[in-house]
Amino acid sequence: MSQAIIQTENLTFHYAFEEGEAPTVLDGVSLSVQPGEFVAVLGHNGSGKSTLAKHFNAILLPSGGKVYVDGIDTCDEEKLLDVRRQVGMVFQNPDNQIVASVVEEDVAFGPENLGAPSEEIRERVDSALATVRMSEYARHAPHLLSGGQKQRVAIAGVLAMRPRCIVLDEPTAMLDPVGRKEVIDTVRRLNREQNITVVLITHHMDEAAQADRLIVMHDGHIVADDSPALVFQNVDGLRSLGLEVPEPVALLYELRQAGVDVPLTALTVDECAGILKELLCTAPQTGI
Amino acid sequence: MEAIIETKELTHLYSAGTPFEHTALHTVDFSAAPGEYVAVIGRTGSGKSTLIQHLNGLLKPTSGQVLFGGTDIWESKERTRQVRCQVGLVFQYPEYQLFEETVYQDIAFGPKNMGLDADEVDRRVKQSARFVGLEPGVLEKSPFDLSGGQKRRVAIAGVIAMEPQVLVLDEPTAGLDPSGSARILDNIRTYHQEKKACIILVSHSMEEVAREAERLVVIHQGTIPFSGPPGSVFAHGDELEAMGLGVPAMTRVFARLRSMGVDVPASVYTIPQAREAILAALHRREER
Repeated sequence: MSQAIIQTENLTFHYAFEEGEAPTVLDGVSLSVQPGEFVAVLGHNGSGKSTLAKHFNAILLPSGGKVYVDGIDTCDEEKLLDVRRQVGMVFQNPDNQIVASVVEEDVAFGPENLGAPSEEIRERVDSALATVRMSEYARHAPHLLSGGQKQRVAIAGVLAMRPRCIVLDEPTAMLDPVGRKEVIDTVRRLNREQNITVVLITHHMDEAAQADRLIVMHDGHIVADDSPALVFQNVDGLRSLGLEVPEPVALLYELRQAGVDVPLTALTVDECAGILKELLCTAPQTGI
Repeated sequence: MEAIIETKELTHLYSAGTPFEHTALHTVDFSAAPGEYVAVIGRTGSGKSTLIQHLNGLLKPTSGQVLFGGTDIWESKERTRQVRCQVGLVFQYPEYQLFEETVYQDIAFGPKNMGLDADEVDRRVKQSARFVGLEPGVLEKSPFDLSGGQKRRVAIAGVIAMEPQVLVLDEPTAGLDPSGSARILDNIRTYHQEKKACIILVSHSMEEVAREAERLVVIHQGTIPFSGPPGSVFAHGDELEAMGLGVPAMTRVFARLRSMGVDVPASVYTIPQAREAILAALHRREER
């Protein structure tokens, strides 16, 4: 196996308060993410998933245990820049992440800070905007863009740093259905076409269903880590954690509860329709 | 039935008379009956936020009228003031608007401003805290010590405490996990049922509006192309898709089945309906 891009070993974290107890947010989390993976992380509010994500590029440092990014210990202050170059973060609110008044200047902010020569900055900005399909908006004012467009600019800003991994913390929470689709399609394309590792924190079950691997967090622990198709079969388990399953799975689950023999493996509308067609169109086993 | 709130040929221009003039609403006739549960759906920028801000007089029509209980809300200053107490508006991310030292004071702010006496304010604070499921112990806490979902429920309680006859909520579940969303929607339903209040819910989730509302109003480019019960609105799947809205996952599953030649009803949009439709189809097959 190649070197993990992100690895945590027995990671523990608690916020340090001035007074009173310090609640443990992460409690002994060990996981490793391989280069090129598309990992989704689910969990209810307060489960520790955002806190975990913030350890992946040293925004937070462990209270106990270790976090390695491409083998670099994130506690090594001298290597902080190396860690941040490898792993870029995109947050929930696009308006909090855009700093410049012109789209291309915003995307150039990162590489400028790295001290890249100006021709190279130009090249990085153009290719990042092309990747998120926002080239025609390069000279536009960010505040006039839609939410989905702003998030794609934020992603371009991260891409211009040429990271190997992008961590997105609920990037679609404030977007309408079209904006959500734009962002998720962009993320999938980055993963497939450019082999960028993606860690997607989300509350949307249908987005989680599109990942290769799904991690479920609860009370600072990892409680499930498998393919989405397998994780979502545990309908009762997920519901007991305050989570849901994609609607196609929920329907198949209801049918099983009613005594109909269907598999729970449909994550998409098409897969669900396929299973139902099979069910309704095959000849009944009795009565012929 | 007589509408409780209504707009007549409502037109709103932003930056009127400047080169940036933009028509947000174009001769919109919207109405809601007392005790009705209406959902408003539309893309970002469709005009839906502009519409709801007219309903309690935060925005003034460029032309046309807004009527509450049959009379123009801009008839007199006194009338506008009254309407602001009777049409409660919960903004997006209302938790950012909490400001008082305790949860109790925050919820009491609206009823106090209405000039109610201390006993009545106290009754309303306690009742609205109960509506949104806040434990009595929480009332003495600082709102800033609460979780995100709790803060949002405090903000909603603050509006409910004015006991509005019309409660308008702009994406009240955005950014919450499934159990947090379910709780807020339960709270809204309780208020709707116990107070016989009219609810106007703005949402981006087709599944959510399909489950909750009696009637859907679609806003697109400042007009209302469709309005009616969920089944009739979701029958316009292709048009909704073109407007960037789409239909619930269950509607798509059934459309897919029909396109494959399976005889199932078209007007299915929730999981319980889908379950019944599949069980009925299985039953028919066995009888053949």
